[in-house]
Amino acid sequence: MATLETFYEVMRRQGITRRSFLKYCSLTAAALGLGPELVPQIVHAMETKPRTPVLWLHGLECTCCSESFIRSAHPLVKDVVLSMISLDYDDTLMASAGHHAEAILDEVMEKYKGNYILAVEGNPPLNQDGMSCIVGGKPFTDQLRKVAKDAKAIISWGSCASFGCVQAARPNPTRATPVHEVITDKPIIKVPGCPPIAEVMTGVITYMLTFDRIPELDRQGRPKMFYSQRIHDKCYRRPHFDAGQFVESFDDEGARKGYCLYKVGCKGPTTYNACSTVRWNEGTSFPIQSGHGCIGCSEDGFWDKGSWYARQSDILQFGIEANADQIGTTAAIGVGSIIAAHAAVSALKRAQHKGDV
Amino acid sequence: MAPLDDAKPVATPDEEGTAAPAAGRFLKAIYVYEVPVRVWHWVNALAIMVLSVTGYLIANPLPTMPGEASANFLMGYIRFVHFAAAYIFAVGFIGRLYWAFAGNHHARQLFRFPFWDRHWWGELFLEARWYLFLERKPKLYVGHNPLAQFAMFWAIAVGSVFMIVTGFALYSEGAGQGSWQDRLFGWVIPLFGQSMDVHTWHHLGMWAILLFVIVHVYAAVREDIMSRQSIISTMISGVRTFKDTEAPADEEHERPVKKAARVG
Repeated sequence: MATLETFYEVMRRQGITRRSFLKYCSLTAAALGLGPELVPQIVHAMETKPRTPVLWLHGLECTCCSESFIRSAHPLVKDVVLSMISLDYDDTLMASAGHHAEAILDEVMEKYKGNYILAVEGNPPLNQDGMSCIVGGKPFTDQLRKVAKDAKAIISWGSCASFGCVQAARPNPTRATPVHEVITDKPIIKVPGCPPIAEVMTGVITYMLTFDRIPELDRQGRPKMFYSQRIHDKCYRRPHFDAGQFVESFDDEGARKGYCLYKVGCKGPTTYNACSTVRWNEGTSFPIQSGHGCIGCSEDGFWDKGSWYARQSDILQFGIEANADQIGTTAAIGVGSIIAAHAAVSALKRAQHKGDV
Repeated sequence: MAPLDDAKPVATPDEEGTAAPAAGRFLKAIYVYEVPVRVWHWVNALAIMVLSVTGYLIANPLPTMPGEASANFLMGYIRFVHFAAAYIFAVGFIGRLYWAFAGNHHARQLFRFPFWDRHWWGELFLEARWYLFLERKPKLYVGHNPLAQFAMFWAIAVGSVFMIVTGFALYSEGAGQGSWQDRLFGWVIPLFGQSMDVHTWHHLGMWAILLFVIVHVYAAVREDIMSRQSIISTMISGVRTFKDTEAPADEEHERPVKKAARVG
C-alpha cells in the first residue's frame, strides 16, 4: 500500500473534470445543510486529504446493514468505496479471504495507528467466552477489542452494534452486547436501524471524511442530522393522525384511503429515524408508505417492545403479555371489589354498634 | 373569610355553649386547609380527571372520523386538552409546593414522609387495623391520619413528580431538540430505555394515581359517615369539625410529647 491518493486525485483519475468536482463539492455542502461559504473548505479538504482507511468488522449480524449500504444512491456506494474511503477490510465485500485478509487488518492497524475508522456491523456475544461468534478461528470479541484499540473513531452500524437488536432480545442466551458497552474509551457514532438507511450510512461517512470530525450526536450517540426527529414528526400520514382518522384493521376502508397506522401498532411516534424524509431505495418508499406501520427498528430493544400491531407495548415482566391498560383495569376492578366488600362490612359493623359512639 | 389563626380551634369544648349549638352537631372546629390548598385540591382533581380521560384516548383513540382530514382535528384537540391540563397540573403542583413553605403546617404534610418516626408508624398501623375492622375506634386527627398521609405522599407528591417529569419528557419529543422541555427533561427518555418505555410508564403512572383516587374518594366518604370528624366539607370550608370531646392525636399541645418520643 503506497501513499494514499487524495479524493481529488482519485476523482481525476476516474475521468471526472474539475468542473464536475467543484459541482460535487457544492452539492455535498447543500446535502449536509452547509452554507456556500463552506464549499472552498470542502474543495480544499478533498484536494489535500488522503483517503481515510476504514476497517469494517462483522460480528453477530445478518449483513442487512451491508446490503443496505451497497444500495446507496446519493452518493452512490461505488463512489464511497472507490473514491472516498479506502475500505481496506470488509470480509463480505473484499476479494481476498482467509489469512491473507486477516493480515490486512494488522497491516492497517500498524501503518495508520490512531488514524483509521473502525466500522462495526453486528455485536460481540460475551457468554460462553465469546464462542457464539468466531472470526478467523478467534472470538469476535477479541478481534473487536484489538482493532478498536488504535482506532480514531468507531461507527456502530445498525441496531445490532448500537443497541443489541434481535440477538440481544430476551432472553439473550449469548449475551450479545452493543459495541459501546464493550469499547468504552473511543468516540462511538451509533447509526441504528435494522438496517440503517443507505443514504444515512454514506452520509455519515461522507461527513466524517470531509470534515475530519464526528458529526454532532444526540444524547444516545446518534448523528443529529438524521436522528433528531421521529418518523411521526415528518410522516406524510400525520394529518390523518391529527384528524383522528385511523386504519382499524389492515383490510378496511381506512387502510385503502391511507389513514394513520397508529391503531394497528405503528411505532412512528416513538422512533427516531429519517425514513419519512430520506425514504428507501432512492427515495422510492418506506414502510408506512407501503401500508405497514413502523416497527421502530432503530430504537433500543425494539424486539421486546412489541406487539408491532398494537399501540401499547406489552409489559413482559407480567409473564403473559399484558399492556398498561390491561394491568390498570385489572387493578382498578380489584380495588373496586375490595372497596365494595369493605363498604358492606363497614355498614354491617355500623348497624351492629349503632348508638355506641 | 375572617382571619383564622394557624390551626387554632374556632370553638373549643369550653365554648360549647356558644359555638357548638349554633353550628349544629359539632363540638369543636379547627381551621386546617387554607384557601390555596383547597383551590389547588379541586383544580388538581379536575386536572387529573381531564388528563386521565384524554391520556386514555391518546393511547386508545376514538373510532375513525369520517370525511376529509382537513375537516377534522379530533386527535389534535384531545392532545391539546391533555397538554393544556398538564400545564395546569404542573403549575398547580409548583404553586402547591410553594405553599408547603408559605402555608401552615398542614400544608406541609403532603410532602412529608416521616420514615424515622416510630410513633408515626405505630399510628399508621393502628389506622390500618381500624380499616381492617380490628380496632373499635380510630384516633382523631386535625390533619391527615398517618395512613392517609402515607398514601398521599406516594401517590400525589411522588406520583405527580413522576407524571410531570415523564410527561414533559414525552412532550419534548414534539417540542423538538433544544426546546426547554428537551433540555430539562429530555434525559429521561434514554434513562427508561426508549420513548415507548416512557409512554408505558407514564400510562402505568396514570393507573397508579387513579387507584389512589378510587381509594381516596371511598375513604373520604366513609370517614365522613363513620368517623367522628368532618372530611369532605373540610376540603370545601377549610374547617375540620369534631363530633366529640376526645383530643385529636395530632393536636398542637401533643407535639412536644411526640418530639420527646422521637428522641427516645
